[in-house]
Amino acid sequence: MRSLEYRDALREGLSQEIERDENVVIIGEEVAQYNGAYKVTKGMWEKYGDKRLMDAPISEAGFIGMGIGASMMGVRPVMELMFYSFAYVAWDQLINNAATVRYMSGGKINCPIVVRGPANGGTGVGATHSHTPENAIANMPGTKVVCPATAYDAKGLIKASIRDNDPVYFMENTMLYGETWEVPEDDYVVPIGVADVKREGSDISIITHGRCVVMALKAAEVLEAEHDVSAEVIDLRSIRPLDEETIIESVMKTNRALLVEENRPFCGVDAQISHLIQEKAFDYLDAPVKRLSAIDAPAIYSPPLEKYQIPNVDRIIKAALTIG
Amino acid sequence: MVKKTADLEYGSSRVNQSLSPEQKIGLLRDMIRIRRFEERSLKAYSRGNIAGFLHLYNGQEAVAIGAISVCGENDHLITAYRDHGHALGVGMSMNECMAELYGKATGCSKGKGGSMHFFAPDKNYWGGHGIVGGQTPLGAGIAFGLKYRGITGSCLCFLGDGAVNQGAFHESLNLASLWDLPVIYVIENNGYSMGTSQSRSSRYTECLAKRAEGYDMAWDQCFGHDIYEVRDHIQKAIDRAHGESRPTLIEIDTYRYEGHSVADANKKIYRAPEEIEAYKKTKDPINVFYSKLIEEEIINEKQFKEISQSASEEANKAAEFAERSPYPEPSSILEDVYWETDNPEQRSSKGRIFFNDEF
Ligand SMILES: Cc1ncc(C[n+]2csc(CCOP(=O)(O)OP(=O)(O)O)c2C)c(N)n1
Repeated sequence: MRSLEYRDALREGLSQEIERDENVVIIGEEVAQYNGAYKVTKGMWEKYGDKRLMDAPISEAGFIGMGIGASMMGVRPVMELMFYSFAYVAWDQLINNAATVRYMSGGKINCPIVVRGPANGGTGVGATHSHTPENAIANMPGTKVVCPATAYDAKGLIKASIRDNDPVYFMENTMLYGETWEVPEDDYVVPIGVADVKREGSDISIITHGRCVVMALKAAEVLEAEHDVSAEVIDLRSIRPLDEETIIESVMKTNRALLVEENRPFCGVDAQISHLIQEKAFDYLDAPVKRLSAIDAPAIYSPPLEKYQIPNVDRIIKAALTIG
Repeated sequence: MVKKTADLEYGSSRVNQSLSPEQKIGLLRDMIRIRRFEERSLKAYSRGNIAGFLHLYNGQEAVAIGAISVCGENDHLITAYRDHGHALGVGMSMNECMAELYGKATGCSKGKGGSMHFFAPDKNYWGGHGIVGGQTPLGAGIAFGLKYRGITGSCLCFLGDGAVNQGAFHESLNLASLWDLPVIYVIENNGYSMGTSQSRSSRYTECLAKRAEGYDMAWDQCFGHDIYEVRDHIQKAIDRAHGESRPTLIEIDTYRYEGHSVADANKKIYRAPEEIEAYKKTKDPINVFYSKLIEEEIINEKQFKEISQSASEEANKAAEFAERSPYPEPSSILEDVYWETDNPEQRSSKGRIFFNDEF
């Protein structure tokens, strides 16, 4: 099968949806004529024209809010945030409007919007540009939060997200854009809410999402080769809805859990998962659940320290080995 | 309202007439120092010594230096991520700025902020802000702070032509005018927000600054390649702030020579190279001012070269300093987060503050 970069796989998914449904429109800063800040939409404006790809001014609250309104009218907007960190400028729209309009209207109004963009640190852009808000957004019922870790999942999940009738907050990673995976050309969809066992193992479950999946897979190889530990790697793929079954099944099998996320620890995604495990698999645990998150401070700029602040392969290995 | 008049003899206006030859040479030197610093940092970036983004100020030097040079003791500055020029202008050293770019412990923010986040409150410089438009309410707030505390001063808040479309900026304009805040919003209009030309990002009549009329606020517009002109217009805004505690929105036409940031993959695509060359040829702020000083018989070529040479040396030394400096210790990641955790003996809150599992 052919290999595709994560960004190209996303583009293929977006293009297939643009072609499938005339209501799909892509709006964001530099998405059209500039080909996207990270080249996800490269060539699309030339191919699909001004109506389907629109360059927005730097007005996130305005254009995201506009997209929410348009989605209420039956348009299916895919809004790009150049960085998910800029979602904070549009927070009111994302949380107060998109996530609640269906509820407050007693189910009369739908909001089928996708808000996508990279949500990660690790690239030396400092605290204002390195946010990972999946936990904060998923805290609000009415939102769906998706974090694809591979090109295959990125394509399948963006298509599922566009077809979804609820607001989907789709978080990518600038450090994955250039990585390649095998991706079929066809029109497949990866359903939202299904975790993926990216590697089978029997001694410990490493439960994670986003780029940490890639690091966990590398760590699992070292654990196997050098420490005789067989790690299973569970990729959540979607934060809300959350595939509880796959998590619990894995922990029941391995009896140990290490939760890894780039997010910070307080009220992180893994705090929820840790609770889930103690609630539903308490008797199966041979050791307390461990968490590895970013070091609990705003993102530091200094490149070597930033690498240290967010989880890395070495720290995952070390954390796995501390579990009795 | 003073409108753009290229022919005005700014050199003889009140604020410029009072300048001594030494002060004029000082202004030229300040601009050249920014240019050489930026060139040196670009070199460091291409060698992999600097991470992330690097937004260079080349071409816009007369705006920062012109504005800062008319500031008094109680006039403050705040800007966006294109912040190196303003930083050097207020007197931050090349060493601490370069070391910050390198992410070293000797940097102005101890390696924690990076290129977009320089600060020096002791020099009335409040950053260095990465979120477009995010600094604009802070600018109003600094002006509010001055007024509230009974200090006659102002806050110069710089932003780009793309930033005028952030909601927070519009809210700030209203607050500033409603509450008579001594804030001066300076739009550094370099024609582009990233790869988007001004006409593709903003709808306006005549100019962006005219939007102030909707907020019953004074506005002004001038060119940014002639430092005399910048000084003249900023001085008027400062007079308004000091004398009437009224805000001003001023738009200064300028130009950036490099890509939006050094990582701007499309830097050669969204504008013609001829456009850049034409500006450099006729409006380069350093050359324009140098020519004026030649005409005024204040400087000669030899002196100019010496200034340029010593600025290059200063920038090279700063890079050496940055290279030699240590990275911050890993333990410093948890420093500077809270006042209380940095001052544990004076802590008054209780409970756990940081939440990592230990490994
Ligand atoms: C809220 C927000 N949206 C988007 C960005 C990404 N971004 C950084 S600078 C920039 C262009 C800003 O242009 P302008 O205001 O004209 O300033 P200039 O870069 O020309 O100095 C964009 C889109 C950001 N940093 N913050």
